[in-house]
Amino acid sequence: MTDQEIIGLIDSSLQEEFELEAKIMTPEASFYDDLGLDSLDVVDMVIVLEAAFGFKIREEEAIRSIRTLGDLHAFVIAKKRKLEGTA
Amino acid sequence: MRVRRVVITGMGAISPFGRGAEALVAALYAGRSGVVTFPDLGQVGGMRCRVAALVPQIDPLEIPRKFRRSMSALSIYATLAASDALTQAGLGEAARASGDMGVVLGSTIGSPGTIQEFFEDYLTDRSLERMRSTLFFQIMNHSGAANVAQALGITGRILAPSAACSTGCQAVGYGYEMIALGKQETMLCGGADEFHPLTAATFDVMNAVSTGYNDRPSATPRPFDRDRDGVVCAEGCGILLLESLDSALRRGAMILAEIVGFACVTDTSNIANPNAESMERCMRLALHDAGVAAADVAYVNAHATATAQGDVAEAEAIHAVFGGDVPVSSLKGHIGHTMAASGAIELIGTIAMMERGELIATHNLDHVDPACAMIRHARPRERREIGAAVKNNFALGGVNASLVLRRYRA
Repeated sequence: MTDQEIIGLIDSSLQEEFELEAKIMTPEASFYDDLGLDSLDVVDMVIVLEAAFGFKIREEEAIRSIRTLGDLHAFVIAKKRKLEGTA
Repeated sequence: MRVRRVVITGMGAISPFGRGAEALVAALYAGRSGVVTFPDLGQVGGMRCRVAALVPQIDPLEIPRKFRRSMSALSIYATLAASDALTQAGLGEAARASGDMGVVLGSTIGSPGTIQEFFEDYLTDRSLERMRSTLFFQIMNHSGAANVAQALGITGRILAPSAACSTGCQAVGYGYEMIALGKQETMLCGGADEFHPLTAATFDVMNAVSTGYNDRPSATPRPFDRDRDGVVCAEGCGILLLESLDSALRRGAMILAEIVGFACVTDTSNIANPNAESMERCMRLALHDAGVAAADVAYVNAHATATAQGDVAEAEAIHAVFGGDVPVSSLKGHIGHTMAASGAIELIGTIAMMERGELIATHNLDHVDPACAMIRHARPRERREIGAAVKNNFALGGVNASLVLRRYRA
């Protein structure tokens, strides 16, 4: 997957799960303040991403510092690349 | 101890006839049936029943996702019906958040469909890694009550009675008592259930479900009819907004009816089989609570689900209390058995009869079973001034409940 394909899959997965409008899906958008998600949604976001990408991220320490959609894009891209490197 | 008068100032329904108490009442008076053939029931091994009364497509999107994410169908039905009842009563956000409004709403169980979906996935590898955080809120026994309170911002008392077919009747009764005792000013009361094939299966294994009209769904169920062959399972929600008379008068609210009596008793003779003596005791206690004489009751809305034993036992009990002159009907011939919702949904029909002075006869009652002929069955479009009415619900588990309603008089 290219970076753009990864970002596209992240955004479309979150849009569907949380009924988000495409226009607010900017890299700067914060999950709590701009996308209106809460702690329950963040739990489900991990499940949605694990299903979409076929990896496990629930126990990753780095996930706790994710604040914006851009942070998430970077985290998932890095995770995918790391997995590809070890494959 | 204060005992205050309690009136009804709002109603909401989600029924096999769609959204709205008005749609429900119009269909009942039009003699429509909400029962349809549901071939999916054939996927359950051993199931003989192929009919059900299902809620048509309801748009849930007016409920914000933040609240909808924790709702199964029954909570969606309940939230929309509760919202409609509040609108009719003219009660807004301030009243809901005042602490003076509560919720009494129950279902037979939490969402059976959601439970099935979860276990189908969970049992593949017994992993919790795919479990959504909102799953529990959809399957907990107080899912309907909690979701209504959360979505509508209702901050007073909350109770989720669960007594199968008597749930809605109990909810109204317990809400009535809380207001009568001065604990709350208003209560949203009712029941909600969503259809699942295992609901029909429950009655099928007890030989209590309709199986002989699979090709003629509108001809079943047939309460009190000699050719009845059992329950038709249905879904929906009925909500009544109960209010202290003082509050209703202070607000200038339109009063739809007054609740004057309630009783609930346990029939310990058998967990499944109906017992006429227990039903009679329940109705007599409700009348005593109301201070209303049996002779002053002008109409009885029966539980009558169209089972072989239940209809006969109820007819015997009604005859013992009221004799053979008071008109009786069951609304399950139109809408099937909406389970936990049935008490509240059928109360809405009963209130409509009180308002219009015109009875709704039992749908599909073509030939009265001789064993049920000792009571007087309401005639189609019969004119009747109803000063007081009794509403019965009798549930598996031996939970019998009766309410007494009266036309409001100052």
